[in-house]
Amino acid sequence: MTDTARDVLITGIGLVSSLGEGIAAHLDLLERGSAPQPVIESERFAPYFVHPLPPIDWSTQIPKKGDQRQMETWQKLGTYAAGLALTDAGIPTDESVRSGVDMIVAAGGGERDTAVDALVMERARQSGGSGAVMNETLANELRPTLFLAQLSNLLAGNISIVHKVTGSSRTFMGEEGAGISAVSVAAARIAAGQSDICLVGAAFAAERKDLILNYEMGGLLLRSDWRSVFARRAPADGLAIGSVGVFLVLESAEHAAARSAPAYAKLTRVAGDRGPRRGEALAARLDDLIKGAPADDGLLVLSGASGIEAPTAVERQVLANTLPQAPVRAYGSLLGHSFEAQFPAGIALAAATLARGTRLPAFDSGEESPALQPARAALVTTVGHLQAEGVCLLEPVGPAGETR
Amino acid sequence: MSESTTDFRGRPIVAVTGLGVVSSLGEGVEANWSSLTAGRSGIHRINRFPIDNLRTTIAGTVDFIEVEPSISVSRSHAMARSAGTEAIRMAGLDASDFGGRLFLAAPPVELEWADRFALDAADGDAPADAGYDRLIELARQHPSPATYDNTRFGRISELLADELGVRGLPVTLSTACASGATAIQLGVEAIRRGECERALAIGTDGSVTAEALIRFSLLSALSTHNDMPEKASKPFSGDRDGFVMAEGAGALVLESLESAKARGATILGVIHGCGEKADDFHRTRSKPDGSPIIATIRAGLADAGLEPSDIDYINAHGTSTPENDRMEATSLEAVFGEALRSTPISSNKSMIGHTLTAAGAIEAVFSILTMRDGLMPPTINYDNPDPAIPLDTVPNAARRGEVRAVLSNSFGFGGQNVCLVLGREPRP
Repeated sequence: MTDTARDVLITGIGLVSSLGEGIAAHLDLLERGSAPQPVIESERFAPYFVHPLPPIDWSTQIPKKGDQRQMETWQKLGTYAAGLALTDAGIPTDESVRSGVDMIVAAGGGERDTAVDALVMERARQSGGSGAVMNETLANELRPTLFLAQLSNLLAGNISIVHKVTGSSRTFMGEEGAGISAVSVAAARIAAGQSDICLVGAAFAAERKDLILNYEMGGLLLRSDWRSVFARRAPADGLAIGSVGVFLVLESAEHAAARSAPAYAKLTRVAGDRGPRRGEALAARLDDLIKGAPADDGLLVLSGASGIEAPTAVERQVLANTLPQAPVRAYGSLLGHSFEAQFPAGIALAAATLARGTRLPAFDSGEESPALQPARAALVTTVGHLQAEGVCLLEPVGPAGETR
Repeated sequence: MSESTTDFRGRPIVAVTGLGVVSSLGEGVEANWSSLTAGRSGIHRINRFPIDNLRTTIAGTVDFIEVEPSISVSRSHAMARSAGTEAIRMAGLDASDFGGRLFLAAPPVELEWADRFALDAADGDAPADAGYDRLIELARQHPSPATYDNTRFGRISELLADELGVRGLPVTLSTACASGATAIQLGVEAIRRGECERALAIGTDGSVTAEALIRFSLLSALSTHNDMPEKASKPFSGDRDGFVMAEGAGALVLESLESAKARGATILGVIHGCGEKADDFHRTRSKPDGSPIIATIRAGLADAGLEPSDIDYINAHGTSTPENDRMEATSLEAVFGEALRSTPISSNKSMIGHTLTAAGAIEAVFSILTMRDGLMPPTINYDNPDPAIPLDTVPNAARRGEVRAVLSNSFGFGGQNVCLVLGREPRP
């Protein structure tokens, strides 16, 4: 963003995680002086840890049963969180207004039909791996609508259908980097006058054995003992995945003022990069990304560290060297790791924390130092579990925002 | 910035300085262009995997690029690398140090069936019943980070970023069948914002598999004219019965005109404008009144500062499905009026099939070549015109003619629509 750029505000947040529903509910939990206990499912996916979804009445944001039937949990979660964000931002449901809202979704893929997959494997054993048998089984057993529930861009498609957001629709893919690029492109377009208002976010549904299989193939999952993100040490480190639906309404200051919309916070820098993960290369990129962050105790760092020790150690060292006074909070300890949703979820928490003037408790008092005062600025970091790094710097917007 | 390198709104003009393409017709711009303008079809009977019990047994697969393992991710990557390398070299740049951003339209990825079968057959202590509980136990005993890498949606762009020397965090995107055009749009926007002097926009899709064919068949989207593969894709014909899945990649080097001129690059064409509008009607069908498509076309023309009368040729989305071709024609008529009848419009998909994620990028490459050579590729298999949508489809044989501006349409499942307006030369 250049000097002549327009200010980019966050005027709406929709957040659903294992801790509950709505950004206000999350902040309420964080304002109690000590950090909330994470909600962790340790039986159903043992030996792994999954931060599960809370009970959700989908009908409150996806009123038509017909729409709900077209989606599996991942798309419903995103569509639901998008609805929360639009409602929170006070965007009227009037189609003429919503048709002017742009959208960027960071998406993975939707759920597979695990029963059909099991049947295909069963029959493959009997038939000696016959392609003909596989084709017949898939053709007879797959539900036609499931394909649409699996397609990455159909989360955005469902948001258009359910919430009438049709200004534009773009879906970015690629784990944490997709979330970083989504926020970064949305903010850059608004700053440059290419867009006035944009719904941006992601969903990650963690309670999925088809995904757990992939992560276990990568040897990435935390197992046996749960510890906070910063307390995980190799070889007992890894990801505790968490279901998160998060959407932000980003808006130019002019557009927000014209409709008298209060804001949570202002985005002053969003940037991403990637490259080799050798310690010194990663440290150099992170150094470059966080330059410009105010190096004083008024800065709060919300780290999206994944729980994999090596990159997390590099990130913590860079933060300790560059921003030694800033308290750091690894929000993955509370929400779990949510890939595409990781970066926007950190921004959601940061924006609301600034708006309320909350002094965040340590999420693990053995690893994180206390915040001596409410933050005057926040830095959100996300170092992807294997690739991609991003930062977002936020500032409060003043009295209007504080009333939120 | 000098006046001659900005457009009517004072934005940097975005030039195209490099092109690359792979399709079932071949590898490289010249191989593709000569076949396309000769009206040859790349559609054939599938022989890469068993086709027993499939309703559709034809496709435009790319089988001449060997990849290991033979899976969608490797194929999509190899084709993107080929097209990207060709485009960067054509632009006169170093194909290992491109130095700009990457916007990659790539297909969604999943674990492949071969991997599930191999794991199911592996030794280990695991439940006997077939299913994910067994696979997860076995994966713990036989971890394979390389297999995991092939399930990551960002994998292809990471590989390309290192191989081609792009800068920053690459964007991998999907807007279904509009993806290739969205990649170009993102590049155009980044250059207009002044974020970079050049960007590489690639669309790639190597995802023809049995399961993919079955999924599209279950939506009744595919042609079942299996007996004469090269005749199956017949956009705008009365007897069209669905699209033909295909593979390929298209790549464009986008560059600010100022930068291109400063380094003496050949200007192959320009991107005058991009328009988009999402549809909120249905997951696979367009709003019956065509309003989102109409709005997309109008937005593209407005962004370009052009009128319908300025468009000399339309590169159609033209999938050969009953629904798309009717909606595209009626929506174009709403914008162009009577002039549509005399505006040539052809569908590359009649020859290369529907390359899905790659289509918008491949068709943008062909649109630039159309203007460069003053040669409009035909719509082949146009033997039985649909009387409901009378169009000048450049039937069956390429046609010479001066083309200064092209409208290229891309409409996706999930309601994502993008139109590009491409020009032969800068129009300050």
